[in-house]
Amino acid sequence: MAQRSTEIIVGLFMIAGLAALMFLALQVSGLSPKSAEQTYTLYANFNDTGGLTPRGKVSMAGVTVGTIESITLDRDTFQARVTMSIHAEVDNIPADSAAVIRTSGLLGEQYIDISIGGDLESLNAGDTFYSTQSAMNLERLISNFASGR
Amino acid sequence: MMDRIAGLGRLGIAIIASFGRSGQFLFGVLAGVPRPATGFPLLVKQLYAVGVLSLAIVVVSGLFIGMVLGLQGYTILSDYGSESAIGQMIALTLVRELGPVVTALLFAGRAGSALTAEIGLMKATEQLSSMEMMGVDPLRRVVAPRLWAGFLAMPVLAMIFSVVGIWGGMLVGVEWLGVFEGSFWGNMQSSVDFVDDVLNGFIKSVVFGFVCAWIAVYQGYDCVPTSAGISSATTKTVVYSSLAVLGLDFVLTAVMFGDF
Repeated sequence: MAQRSTEIIVGLFMIAGLAALMFLALQVSGLSPKSAEQTYTLYANFNDTGGLTPRGKVSMAGVTVGTIESITLDRDTFQARVTMSIHAEVDNIPADSAAVIRTSGLLGEQYIDISIGGDLESLNAGDTFYSTQSAMNLERLISNFASGR
Repeated sequence: MMDRIAGLGRLGIAIIASFGRSGQFLFGVLAGVPRPATGFPLLVKQLYAVGVLSLAIVVVSGLFIGMVLGLQGYTILSDYGSESAIGQMIALTLVRELGPVVTALLFAGRAGSALTAEIGLMKATEQLSSMEMMGVDPLRRVVAPRLWAGFLAMPVLAMIFSVVGIWGGMLVGVEWLGVFEGSFWGNMQSSVDFVDDVLNGFIKSVVFGFVCAWIAVYQGYDCVPTSAGISSATTKTVVYSSLAVLGLDFVLTAVMFGDF
């Protein structure tokens, strides 16, 4: 009987460990079971991505609609090519929308905001944003201002 | 002069020999896989002694460390008006570093020393030799269940430590200091990655568990079979485990997070 109760307590201990791992996965790291949801890929070319990083968010009107997959350098144009995966249910982004790099707060992380255009046609998977706006570089802004340009 | 050089040489040979013996010992333990029918009850008993009984100290320290992180983080972050980043700070510190490391240090003090003392006393009272006389392999019967129990219990304890710590941080940050709960969890979820942070912390705790359990059972098995020998072996277990954990933590962190 003593053996059995020991086994039960050890079993509960193991379950507590598994529950803790589940908590860390779901609540702390925000890994949702439906994270493998349908997405499609869009591209955007920027002159300067500033502090943009992969895994950053892509938002529309403040609502997160996707994530940044990768940032690579285009060897021909020397621009940064950002690959974004957008949730499949947001499939009606107007074709003349612009991808803008913004900063959340004064010192926060940078993300891509999609300013909505007015075109009736929408962007399809694999398309590239026609107009983009690079990261605002505070140092460059100040040095331009100081040198009077 | 020559005596000193000889003494240094003896010391070096003793250290190398001890490493060799511990490796041989580990191989002997791992090679002698206990039969499931007899081995499992022994393992459960050791899991109870090593894991469940360490739960109290782990939960209490986790709670307090989380609460301290919450308070300190709030004090610093509120200077910059970004106290909502407190959730992210607490979670990353706990999951990446403090969870595995502090649990391993507590584990070495609470469970490792007990393992060493138990096996050392068995050796001193010649229980191990009498087992050998009866044809029972003490490595398989006594040491293997303890090594495996430490190896299995440590990651579980580290996970529980992290969760309790995050809860403690939330108690202080959200309930007491009034950080908005939504941004507490939201910031945390957007900055903690499951593979990069949680799984790497888990791997750390697995490594630490293995090292701590190995050092503890080896020190017990290799001790000088006197009361003074047992006491010095117990001390060595705690000291070596702590040093090994902190050293390995640097190496693992450099490998996992150092690819700048």
